Amino acid sequence: MANVKRSPWILHYDGSSCNGCDIEVLASMTPVYDAERLGVENTGDPMQADIFLITGGINSQTAPVVKQLYDQMPRPKVVVAVGICACTGGVFKDAYNIRGGADTVIPVDIYVPGCAARPQAIIDGIIRARELFQKRSEEHDALMKEKKRERRQA
Amino acid sequence: MGIQSVIPFGPQHPVLPEPIHLDLVVEDEVVKEAIPNIGFIHRGLEGLAEKRDFNEMVYVAERTCGICSFGHGMGYCEAVEKVMNVEVPERAKYLRTIWMEFSRVHSHLLWLGLTADAFGFESLFYECWRIREHVLDVMEATTGGRIIFSVNQIGGVHRDLNEDQIRFLKGELDQIEKDLKNCEKTLFGDMTVQKRTRGIGVLTKEEVHDLGAAGPFARASGLKYDMRMTGYEAYGKLDFEPIISEEGDCYARILVRTKEIFQSIQLIRQALDQLPAGDLNVPVKGMPKGEALVRIEQPRGEAIYYVNAENSRFLNRFRIRTPTFANLPGLCKMLQGANYADVGILVVSIDPCISCTER
Repeated sequence: MANVKRSPWILHYDGSSCNGCDIEVLASMTPVYDAERLGVENTGDPMQADIFLITGGINSQTAPVVKQLYDQMPRPKVVVAVGICACTGGVFKDAYNIRGGADTVIPVDIYVPGCAARPQAIIDGIIRARELFQKRSEEHDALMKEKKRERRQA
Repeated sequence: MGIQSVIPFGPQHPVLPEPIHLDLVVEDEVVKEAIPNIGFIHRGLEGLAEKRDFNEMVYVAERTCGICSFGHGMGYCEAVEKVMNVEVPERAKYLRTIWMEFSRVHSHLLWLGLTADAFGFESLFYECWRIREHVLDVMEATTGGRIIFSVNQIGGVHRDLNEDQIRFLKGELDQIEKDLKNCEKTLFGDMTVQKRTRGIGVLTKEEVHDLGAAGPFARASGLKYDMRMTGYEAYGKLDFEPIISEEGDCYARILVRTKEIFQSIQLIRQALDQLPAGDLNVPVKGMPKGEALVRIEQPRGEAIYYVNAENSRFLNRFRIRTPTFANLPGLCKMLQGANYADVGILVVSIDPCISCTER
């Protein structure tokens, strides 16, 4: 935690959930839980986001939207599946229209359990995502440096 | 005539917590037509009724929506109870009413916050959501869940309120009322709020009636129409009048919903004073057979629950008509001729609950 240097921004999208988790995601940003003290900020623009909070079991119509949002985010990026629907499909797993989990469409790094996920659990997910983001950023920076050196030698 | 162009609004948009897509046909800055496209959160919940036992289905029905979840569970239970001719104990009726009104307070506070956010008043957004946490504390202490409560069952409820909880609940009610009174000055008197909401998205009483709008959205235009007046559960024994406003603009919608929070607080106090002693639920025997239609007042308006069963564990058909679906034609009418900059606040002003709409 102490050596986290970056302040990642959060993108939140409702991929076919009952919106219980979505209002908990928003609630974890508001004064009582205040996830923004960790240096994260909720943004509406995928091109400026680093952490993707996805809720819900993903249906066929929303799947391309989720895919597009994920592709629009700059690298490095971290995906957090919030709530049991985003993890496995949850109570809607048997429904004809649900694919069953966010990882059927995009790669997911962190799974947050709960129906609806509690703000404490969501904040825990954000903290883990932030650490993972820090690690990936460092790897990304090292890779970029390596490429630069190669280019200079060539 | 200027050049017309189409601007997509959503599905992912900063003012929307949930995805809905609108194609806005604009001419310069003025919206000429709005074409909604829904289905991003369709889960096929009604289809699950054929796969789940009718007792288990309560939990699925509650997950129609995270904001009005208590109402959906209650509506489903009422419909099945009507089919099976079950008479719910008095105490259960009062408890359902109390929890229902608490979810109305929670829903309206959530909406006030989102509206403030839609016109960029972020501190008001945070303040409303801070007050809302009191309601969630009450819900957690009495039902065990913050968002999804799961206290309804066919034949009653399965949790009780004891003396300590009632005392805590009354204290929190006073706190919510006090905090909201402080907020009220800003909500009704502030220049920023007035500039962004007065005279925006005006609908007349006739238009609202013809477009079939429901709930606070219709009441803000002067249509005195509240399902609670039919007296289901304990509402028949409580004293209240639907709150209406004549203006029909966004400001009137804020006014009506804020007053409804105070009204709900009064209703909870009345119900707590009258709370009768007795059983929480009655045992239910046999399988449902027949069909029933139940109408209840959700925070967003009138919701209709239809159940059809043929003497088996699984229902033949379960159908919900949700208030936001009824309000979408009103939204499209409002958007015609609106400024593009007002689209965000207009969409939020109907209190859209897309998860309910698409189920």
